[in-house]
Amino acid sequence: MKLYDAGKIIAGIVIFLILITFPLWYGKGKAVAPPNLELDTPAIQQLTDKRCVEDTAFMRANHMKLLATWRDDVVRDGKRFYTAADGRTVEMSLTGSCLKCHSNKDRFCDRCHDYAGVKPTCWNCHIVPGEVK
Amino acid sequence: MAPNRREFLLIAGLAAIGVACPSLARVLFAKAGATSSGTAAEAVSGITPALKAKRWAMAVIPGKCPNDCRACIDACHLTHNVPDFGNPKDEIQWIGLQPFERVFPGDAYPQMPEAARERKLPVLCNHCDNPPCVRVCPTQATFKRADGIVMMDYHRCIGCRFCMAACPYGARSMNWRDPRPFIRKINNDYPTRTKGVVEKCTFCEERLRKGILPACVMACEEKALVFGDIDDPRSEIRLLLDKELPIRRRVDLGTKPQAYYIL
Repeated sequence: MKLYDAGKIIAGIVIFLILITFPLWYGKGKAVAPPNLELDTPAIQQLTDKRCVEDTAFMRANHMKLLATWRDDVVRDGKRFYTAADGRTVEMSLTGSCLKCHSNKDRFCDRCHDYAGVKPTCWNCHIVPGEVK
Repeated sequence: MAPNRREFLLIAGLAAIGVACPSLARVLFAKAGATSSGTAAEAVSGITPALKAKRWAMAVIPGKCPNDCRACIDACHLTHNVPDFGNPKDEIQWIGLQPFERVFPGDAYPQMPEAARERKLPVLCNHCDNPPCVRVCPTQATFKRADGIVMMDYHRCIGCRFCMAACPYGARSMNWRDPRPFIRKINNDYPTRTKGVVEKCTFCEERLRKGILPACVMACEEKALVFGDIDDPRSEIRLLLDKELPIRRRVDLGTKPQAYYIL
């Protein structure tokens, strides 16, 4: 069996393999620093007990599920308050509750979302105070 | 010291009254801040309890509207971040003014007095008891709540506009473009919408939840808009509708609209 134009074909295959594996070898060995999330907003500094709605580990892993539950509770079931595991009640509102403490969306929400490569569409409608004219 | 016979009878009598009248106890607790309709959370933090009803409805008395008054429209559209695209084709309206022949089209009411015919009437979502928009929505983004409000869940809306085709009142508007640059003044307490969703009046359910009447009703100084529970015979709207002659839009279609016009 004879391979016509072997040089071109093999060169093409090599270039193809290099390009398709680019994402695998390009970042290899380089550690991207995890995002530095800032929690020093005025509202958080005033808190004596620096605790989010639920504890930090839960919020870090499950805030998106919690927010989805809040969304359905508010919009579809007409509820207004959420009772946390420790008995406190919070108004279920992204702009009204979450952003009141985390008033630095660009240095808290966005930094981690950019790092993780997720693009939540919350802000297409929900307002970040001061961001929209 | 043990009570004597008279004291014992007095205490026993009071206790018997207390046991026999649970309603009395409820009245006393209501004075202390809790209400029968509020949840425990609302009672604890002293937050105004939500306004609740079996069936919300609106009565419109266009005769009270001064000429060119747009107080209800401006209040509603400011409260809910409704954009103004400056183009009637793309216009978004939660509440608006329409001429009589568009509100009551055809020959349904051919013999109305001249004064009623020439007036523009406030129009809004009728929050139908049998809403055709809810029936056609493929994602249940629009749905009817137990208290009769036809709600919009913008998270689910895919912009197919079936609801706009189904609604015989033209109460729904589509966001053909990103509405944010076209909002005159942003109200931080209410979200905007995004490109590709349909929006409409929701009887201010976000205000009712906080114990406040709808924005249009509160903005109307002439009291031309009356809002309340139509299932409650003592509510303001029922007292009004019971003595007037209310008509509704396009009842022949069987949508059972819940906006009542007193012409």
